[in-house]
Amino acid sequence: MSNIAVADRNLTFDVNAVRRQFPVLARLIRGRPLAYLDNGASAQRPAAVIEAVDDYERHHHANIHRGVHTLSQEATALYESSRDRLVEFINARSRHEVIFVRGTTEAINLVAQSYARPILKPGDEILITHLEHHANIVPWQMVCEQTGAKLVVAPIDSSGDVHVEAVVSLMSPRTRLLACAHVSNALGTVLPIRRLIAAAKARGIVTLIDGAQAVSHLHVDVQELDCDFYAFSSHKMYGPTGVGILYGRERLLECMPPWQGGGEMILAVTFAKTTYNSLPNKFEAGTPNISGGIGLGAAVDFLLGMDRDAAHAHETALLEHATKALGKIPGLRIVGTAKEKASLVSFTVDGVHPHDLGTILDEDGVAVRTGHHCAMPVMDFFKLPATARASFAFYNTFEEIDRLAAGVERARKLFV
Amino acid sequence: MELNDLYRDVILDHNRRPRNFGGLEPADASVEGFNPMCGDRLTVRLKLEDDRISDIRFEGQGCAISTASASLMTEAVKGRTRVEALQLFDRVHELLTDDAAPPADELGKLAALSGVREYPARVKCASLCWHTLASALRSTEPHSLPAVSTE
Repeated sequence: MSNIAVADRNLTFDVNAVRRQFPVLARLIRGRPLAYLDNGASAQRPAAVIEAVDDYERHHHANIHRGVHTLSQEATALYESSRDRLVEFINARSRHEVIFVRGTTEAINLVAQSYARPILKPGDEILITHLEHHANIVPWQMVCEQTGAKLVVAPIDSSGDVHVEAVVSLMSPRTRLLACAHVSNALGTVLPIRRLIAAAKARGIVTLIDGAQAVSHLHVDVQELDCDFYAFSSHKMYGPTGVGILYGRERLLECMPPWQGGGEMILAVTFAKTTYNSLPNKFEAGTPNISGGIGLGAAVDFLLGMDRDAAHAHETALLEHATKALGKIPGLRIVGTAKEKASLVSFTVDGVHPHDLGTILDEDGVAVRTGHHCAMPVMDFFKLPATARASFAFYNTFEEIDRLAAGVERARKLFV
Repeated sequence: MELNDLYRDVILDHNRRPRNFGGLEPADASVEGFNPMCGDRLTVRLKLEDDRISDIRFEGQGCAISTASASLMTEAVKGRTRVEALQLFDRVHELLTDDAAPPADELGKLAALSGVREYPARVKCASLCWHTLASALRSTEPHSLPAVSTE
């Protein structure tokens, strides 16, 4: 299996050519080449994204949707063309369904406050899973507190898998919303969201998918998924920080009140009454992150311009290689062994605290995440305070993973 | 900066065999410290006699820096008065954060923590136990502050 994947990679995917497009990958850290294995926290940017932002800042900056002057028109055209590319990227039905937000966290908060809060009654239920990121837990806890609704948590098994039957058995006549991750940030689990969405839909339950960890790895088609909301962040898909997307079904977005008031989201304001703007601007109060939105558009172009199937095959081969190389190390336990995983490995090493491991790996230029990954309930489930997590992008190499494994061995020798 | 300067033998030793580790009953003060960034958690318990720390123990889980720092701290403050212990905290804080800090002979084994200042992300690991101790000492005063966090 691994050999086939590697052979495919050599035929269609030139990792060195891809790496040359990411300037930061040429950096040295403490004299060693950077091995950036923290893509789950934030991916690096290709030159195309950096140049798009730079070009905008140097030549086209002005406020958007405001002026009749040349710069404002250029900035508006650039920003709105980014929206068009995002419509294509996730196959939304129209640009009315693609809302620019600050990131996944803001997207989920928007749905919690603007969709859920007005409809929830005491005793209503919101269903999530045990492996969610805090950003897909806390906004629901807040809205439950505000409305008297109840948060219901579907279990995971010891491999970190979510079983459809376990989730479905918790769907009740009071369930108003199912909110779950597409891919777990702490464990790598790919959730069976097609079946979860279908089961929810059959019961009239609205669905929100946290796609923060998915869009960089998987092809996402919101019409095919048939979800009601899909949230993701630019910076995890090779775009700038501070911008992200909420996809929402137009019928639902139309009925939702704006969640922030200000400029841009209005048509007319008098002190007696304000007429709200139409979609998508109704949800985009204030001057947005214009350069970030333009950079995100460039990131979409970058992704759509590459052979994504070949990139995915390479990431799968990286995951297999890492699972094998790390699995050989005595005392190393891989946390999260779901049947279908995105390319990340969470792990612990007996006698070596993840934080110490992170420092020792950094000495070798290897960047990994250590800690609870903003998923404390997952850590509690596995009875761990923290793990180390190596998360791969298509620009990573087998050699970088070998350096990771060697660094882990080095840490073991120091502490054990 | 070499890793060996961060993970000196003293640190590795106190991580492997933490001194004064475990519970203390009854205690005059017991405070839990928590570092939400990495999940480190430790409880410091102490007994006071005539304003002097007559016994002190800690327990919890943390990285090597945090465990060794707590172990070294308990050795260093046992027998000191409340004011002396807090003064020592100030010196340790300087050691951890100030490049210009003068070499501190009176710190004894605690000087082994000086490598931490080259790793700013790890300063909180080393200082968690000290913040917790300070809070424990203050909790024995009339205006008590029970919980402590390094975030």
